[in-house]
Amino acid sequence: MHAAAPSPTHLAFRHPLPIRIAHWINVTAMTILLLSGLQIFNAHPELDFGSTSSFYKHPALTIGATGESPDRGYLQVFGHRLDTTGVLGVSRSDGDVSERAFPSWITLPAEQDLATGRRWHFLFAWIFVVNGLVYLAFGLLSGQLRRRLIPTRAELRGIGASLREHLTLRFPKGEEATRYNVLQKLAYLIVVLGLLPLQILAGLAMSPGFDAVAPWLPEAFGGRQSARTAHFVIAMLLVAFVFIHLAMVLLTGPFNQLRGMITGWFTVRAEREAS
Amino acid sequence: MKRKNLDRRRFLLGGLGLGGALALGGCGRLAASRTGQNALQAGDDATQFVQRLLMTPQTLAPEFPASAISASFYANGTTDPGEADYKALAANQFADYRLKVGGLVTTPFEISLSELRALPSRTQITRHDCVEGWSAIGQWTGAPLHLLLERAGLKPEARYVLFRCFDTMDSDSLDTPRPHYYETVDLVDAYHPQTILAYDMGGAALGVPHGAPLRLRVERQLGYKMPKYLKSIEVIDSFAAVDGGKGGYWEDQGYDWYAGI
Repeated sequence: MHAAAPSPTHLAFRHPLPIRIAHWINVTAMTILLLSGLQIFNAHPELDFGSTSSFYKHPALTIGATGESPDRGYLQVFGHRLDTTGVLGVSRSDGDVSERAFPSWITLPAEQDLATGRRWHFLFAWIFVVNGLVYLAFGLLSGQLRRRLIPTRAELRGIGASLREHLTLRFPKGEEATRYNVLQKLAYLIVVLGLLPLQILAGLAMSPGFDAVAPWLPEAFGGRQSARTAHFVIAMLLVAFVFIHLAMVLLTGPFNQLRGMITGWFTVRAEREAS
Repeated sequence: MKRKNLDRRRFLLGGLGLGGALALGGCGRLAASRTGQNALQAGDDATQFVQRLLMTPQTLAPEFPASAISASFYANGTTDPGEADYKALAANQFADYRLKVGGLVTTPFEISLSELRALPSRTQITRHDCVEGWSAIGQWTGAPLHLLLERAGLKPEARYVLFRCFDTMDSDSLDTPRPHYYETVDLVDAYHPQTILAYDMGGAALGVPHGAPLRLRVERQLGYKMPKYLKSIEVIDSFAAVDGGKGGYWEDQGYDWYAGI
């Protein structure tokens, strides 16, 4: 790696302004999309495959309540039932026990209100789409997208070593930390150019108006209800990505990382010898 | 340097905390205010604008083969209107039913079910998408709405078609009368080839749970835009003065007027 003499600690410019702005708009939009999306899910807490709904006869997933006394909430996936009382199916809101798929503390609005949930969802879906297009246009024109997200051949060859480093929580330091490593690049590539566009398409496939324009779209997902299931599963994958993303920020110096995404400047620490 | 870092940390933390509080605590209040309502409305306006840009007035909603028809088609909302005028008509198999067509037209008229059935008809197997998220596929046969509008002759100021229904919905308080279900569509959807007044479902006369004797089909929008138990059709220039002023029963409860998504 580097010479024995440690490089001095200095600031490196890491994230250009358009990417920082796009990142924080995205944080806001995706948070609101998730919370309002769970509100919308609550109106019909069942997932199916195909064009039509099974109306709880043979669902892929249901979040429900037994209606017994005391009431029990459950999550049922492919026939396997899990008691989730207190969180899913049956939870407390404003002190009262109520039957609702996702609890009030994670839906927007908190109370059961499909109409308002839809308005939040679609407004921020538009903000998310426009923001994503601006990000992609900037990324393509500036070369940032290629530099940040596309791994080089050499990087791909080093994927085993990178994997070992991550599993033992030894992360790249010094100059190495000023650019994305191969696992980061692949993770961001899958999310930015895979999951997020797919999520928009799955959302559009549920629109009766858009299906008239593009009848092939719901079919590509296997029908409208399959698209709804895909939309939900992708949302959960994105939540998993955000958890990993935040864990990585915490493990690699949260203040430095946050400053990097707010001011653009990132502290490069002097590399310790033979760590 | 140390001092500065600390300040920056405090600033960052404060900013995050403030942002979080605004985002989570403020959303509900923001949405309830008038400005908030208008801002949230912008998303629906954008959806309508872009969808109308992408589709022609003739673009059809997907149609399905007979094998795709749902074994059981869930009947949502009102499934058995209890109103006396409706009950009387239903008792006589709607033989005395007359659909009123009026408003901003040159020749208002009334039409019976048998006269409607004598008009050219359209049969379509389409997917019904409820705003709640579920879907069902059904076969609908009916008279294209544009035939009735052409017969009535629209006046130049005509902008929307208002559908009034027999069934009443829950009212907000005991003091106000139960509102009748109603809906409005603009002329683009009114003249769409798949916009029909359906009298048959699955080859048999439309049953009471699904809106007998007549329900509207507007296939490029969600289920609540397709009122059941149709009583009259009125051509109007604005729905601002009709009931809650938002263009439909569910719209008055906060749902989007353009239900294309």
